[in-house]
Amino acid sequence: MLENLQLAQLVFGRLTWDAIPYDPIIRSTFVAVVIGGLAIVGLITRYKLWGYLWRDWLTSVDHKKIGIMYIILALVMLLRGFADAIMMRIQQAIAFNGNEGYLNADHYDQIFTAHGVIMIFFVAMPFITGFMNYIVPLQIGARDVSFPFLNNFSFWMTTAGAVIIMLSLFVGEFARTGWLAYPPLSGADYSPGVGVDYYIWGLQVAGVGTTLSGINLVATIVKMRAPGMGFMKMPVFTWTSLCTNILIVATFPILTATLALLSADRYLDANFFTNDLGGNPMMYVNLIWMWGHPEVYILILPAFGIFSEVASTFSSKRLFGYASMVYATCAIMILSYLVWLHHFFTMGAGASVNAFFGIATMIISIPTGAKMFNWLFTMYRGRIRYEPPMYWLIGFMVTFVIGGMTGVMLAIPPADFVLHNSLFLIAHFHNVIIGGVLFGLMAGVAYWWPKAFGFKLDPFWGKMTFWFWQIGFFFAFMPLYVLGLMGVTRRVSQFDDPSLQIWFIIAAFGAVLIALGIASFIIQMVVSVMRRDQLRCTTGDPWGGRTLEWATSSPPPEYNFAFTPVVHEMDAWYDMKESAYERPASGYKAIHMPRNTGTGVILSGISIALAFALIWYIWWLAIVSFAAILVVSIAHTFNYNRDFYIPAETVAEVEDARTKLLAQRT
Amino acid sequence: MANPNQSLRAKKQFHLEEEHHPEGSTNLGFWLYLMSDCLIFAALFATYAVLGRNYAAGPAPADLFDLKLIAVATTILLVSSITYGVAMIRAESNAKGGTLFWLGITGLLGIAFLGLEAYEFYHLIAEGAGPQRSAFLSSFFALVGTHGLHVTFGVIWLVVLMVQVSKFGLTPENHRRLMCLSMFWHFLDLIWIGVFSVVYLMGVVA
Repeated sequence: MLENLQLAQLVFGRLTWDAIPYDPIIRSTFVAVVIGGLAIVGLITRYKLWGYLWRDWLTSVDHKKIGIMYIILALVMLLRGFADAIMMRIQQAIAFNGNEGYLNADHYDQIFTAHGVIMIFFVAMPFITGFMNYIVPLQIGARDVSFPFLNNFSFWMTTAGAVIIMLSLFVGEFARTGWLAYPPLSGADYSPGVGVDYYIWGLQVAGVGTTLSGINLVATIVKMRAPGMGFMKMPVFTWTSLCTNILIVATFPILTATLALLSADRYLDANFFTNDLGGNPMMYVNLIWMWGHPEVYILILPAFGIFSEVASTFSSKRLFGYASMVYATCAIMILSYLVWLHHFFTMGAGASVNAFFGIATMIISIPTGAKMFNWLFTMYRGRIRYEPPMYWLIGFMVTFVIGGMTGVMLAIPPADFVLHNSLFLIAHFHNVIIGGVLFGLMAGVAYWWPKAFGFKLDPFWGKMTFWFWQIGFFFAFMPLYVLGLMGVTRRVSQFDDPSLQIWFIIAAFGAVLIALGIASFIIQMVVSVMRRDQLRCTTGDPWGGRTLEWATSSPPPEYNFAFTPVVHEMDAWYDMKESAYERPASGYKAIHMPRNTGTGVILSGISIALAFALIWYIWWLAIVSFAAILVVSIAHTFNYNRDFYIPAETVAEVEDARTKLLAQRT
Repeated sequence: MANPNQSLRAKKQFHLEEEHHPEGSTNLGFWLYLMSDCLIFAALFATYAVLGRNYAAGPAPADLFDLKLIAVATTILLVSSITYGVAMIRAESNAKGGTLFWLGITGLLGIAFLGLEAYEFYHLIAEGAGPQRSAFLSSFFALVGTHGLHVTFGVIWLVVLMVQVSKFGLTPENHRRLMCLSMFWHFLDLIWIGVFSVVYLMGVVA
C-alpha cells in the first residue's frame, strides 16, 4: 500500500483526484468548455481545416498573422476576465446582511486574483502586442519584423502562459493572493497549495514571450525603417511602440528575477521574502513595482499612439504638436521608472521619500496633459468625421482626464494614507485602464480592421458598443469612487453595513451594461462579416489615412510593399497622395521572405508540460520536458534553410490584380 | 496637375526600384537581449545589496569564502575570454581548425570554472551554509548560481556551435553566431568581475 502511494507520488507528484474542484460553478463551466472545445475541433475536422490552420496560421512567421492571433488570444481571454468581473460584481451586490452570496471567500479570492492577472497579462498585453506587430512594420515600410521566427515563438509562449492560467480553473486552484502575489502571503507557509505556483509559472512562460517580442520590436523600429524615415518622421504610433518596447525590455527582466526569487522561497526553502532568517517581504514589494509601474505605461503609451493616429486622420489634419507628442512620450517613458514607490506610501518609507515619489508622480501629469491639448488642437478647426474610432477618442478624453485627476489625488501621500487599499483606488485604475487602454484598443480595432480584412466594421453596432461601454463604465466605477471615499476596502466578499448596498447594485448594473457592450462588439464583428460586400473597401485607404500602412492594399500582401517606399515627410502616405504619386505597375523583383516553422508551437507545448510538472511536483516530467526544450531548440539551430524568394511573377500577379481593382473604382 | 507646385513635388522619388536590404539587426537585437539579461543580474545584485548582511546568526562571508579558490576561478574565467578572443581572430582569417581549437580551449576553461563553483557550493552546503540558512546565503546562491547557470548554457551553446562550424564551416550564419556567443561570453566575464568584487572581496574585507 505504502509502496503504491510512493509510486503514485513519483508518477503524479502532488496531483490527485482531489485536485478537480467540486464547486458546481466550475464544474458547469468545465462542461461548457469541453463541449465548446469539442464543437470547434469537430468543425475544423469537418471542414478539413487542420492543414490550413497549421500551414497558414500556427506556424506562420508573418507579422500580420501573428498580430491577428495575438488579438484573438486577447479577445478570448477578455471573455474569461470579464466573466470573473461580473461574478464579483454580482457577489458584492447581494452579499449583505448576513447573506454570504454565492461565492465563498476561497473562491472569491481566486476570482479577483485571476481577474487582475488575466486582464493585465493576457488581455491588455497581447492586445497591444498584436497591434504593434500588425501595424509597426507597415508604418515603417518594412517587409516584416527583424526576427520573424522569434516573433512566432513569442506569441506561442504568451499563449502557453494563458493556457497554464486557464488550466488552474479546472485542475487545482489559482492564487488567492491578489494579482501581484505579495509575500509573505504568497510564500510557502501561507499559500502551500498550487495556486501561487500556477501564477508564477504562467507569468514566467508568458514573460519569456513578452521580453523577446519587446527586443524584436525595438530592433525592428531602429533598424528596419524605410529609407528617408528619420526618427522624427516616424508615425506617432510607431514612436509610442518604440517607447513601450524599450520599457518592456527594461522592466520585464525584473519581473522574471522577482518571480524566480519567490519560487526559490517556495521550492528551495530560501529566505528572500520570508519573515524569518533575515528575509524581507518589502524587497519583493519594491521589486515587483519597479516592474509594475512601468507596466501600466507599457499599456497606455500604444493607446496614446492609436488615439494620435485617429485624431489626425479623422480631423483630416496633420497631428498638432508632433514633436511635443514625441517628447511627452519619451518623458513619460523615463518618469514611469521613477515613481514605483507611490504604490506603497503607507509602508513606512518616511516623509521625504514619500514626498519625492509623490512629486515625481504628479509631474507625469504634465506630459500627459500636453498630449490631451495636442489632441484637442488637432481637432480644432479640423474637418472632423464622426466615425466610430472618433467616438472612442472623445469618450477617452472625457473619461481618462477624470482618471488622471484621481490619480493625482492618490499621488498626494497624506491623501493616499486615507484612500490606500480602498475601492477609490480600484475605481482610479479601472478609470485609466478602461478609459485609456481599452478605449484606445477599441479605437484601434475600428480604425485598422479594414486594413486587416479589407472591409469596414458595421458603424451602427460600433456605436452601440461604444455607448454601452462608455455609459456602463460610469455606472460601474463611479459608485466605487464614492464607496472608496467612505472607506470601503478592496477584495472584500461580504459586507455588514446595509447602507452601502445600493452603490454595489448600481455598480453591478454598470457591469451588465458593459456585458452588453461586449455583446455588441461580438455582434458587430458577425454582422460586418455577413455584410462584408457592402462594407468592402477596395482602395486600401478607407479613411483618408496619412501613414504608410494605408499605402498598400487591404489586406496587405504577405510582402507588404512590392517596392520599398521612400519617405520624405512625417505623414508619408499623405505626402505621396499630395504629390500625385503613381503606383508602379511593372518592374517587380523577386522578394526575399522568411520561411514558416513549427518550432514555436512545439516549444510552447513542451513549456506547458514543464510548467505543469513544476506546479504539481512531477519531477520526472519536469526533467524530460526541460531536456526536450533543449533538444528542440538546438535542433532548430541546425536548420539553415530559413528563407525563400517570392518569384517576381507572383508579385506581378498580386499587384496586377490590385491595379485592376483600383481601376474599377474610377 | 494644374498646380505647378504639385508637379514640381511629383519629381520626388517615392519608392526604391531595387530590393531594399536593411542592415542586419542581429547585433543590436543580441545587445538588447544582453541588456535585458543584465537587468536580471541588476535585480539580483540589488537583492544581495539589501539582504547580504542578514546573516540570521549564521555564517558571514569571512567565515565561508576561500579567496584563493575564487582567485583561481576568476583567473580561469578571465583567461577564457582571451581564448575566445583568439578564436574570433582565427575565425576572421577563416581558419576553421584554429577557430575550433581555441573554442575548445575556451569550453574547457568554462567547464573548469563550473567545476570550481560546484566544488564551492558543495562545500558550503555540506557545512550547513545552504540557501536555506539565511537571507544572505539565499541571495548569494541566487546571484552566483544564476551566473553559473549562464556559463553552463554558454558551454552548451559553445559545443553546439563547434559542431556546426566543423560541419558547415565558417559560413556567414556561423560567423554571426560566433559573434553573438562572443558577446555573451564577455558579458558573463563582466558580470563575474562585479560578483567577485561585490560578493567576495567586499564580503571578506567587511
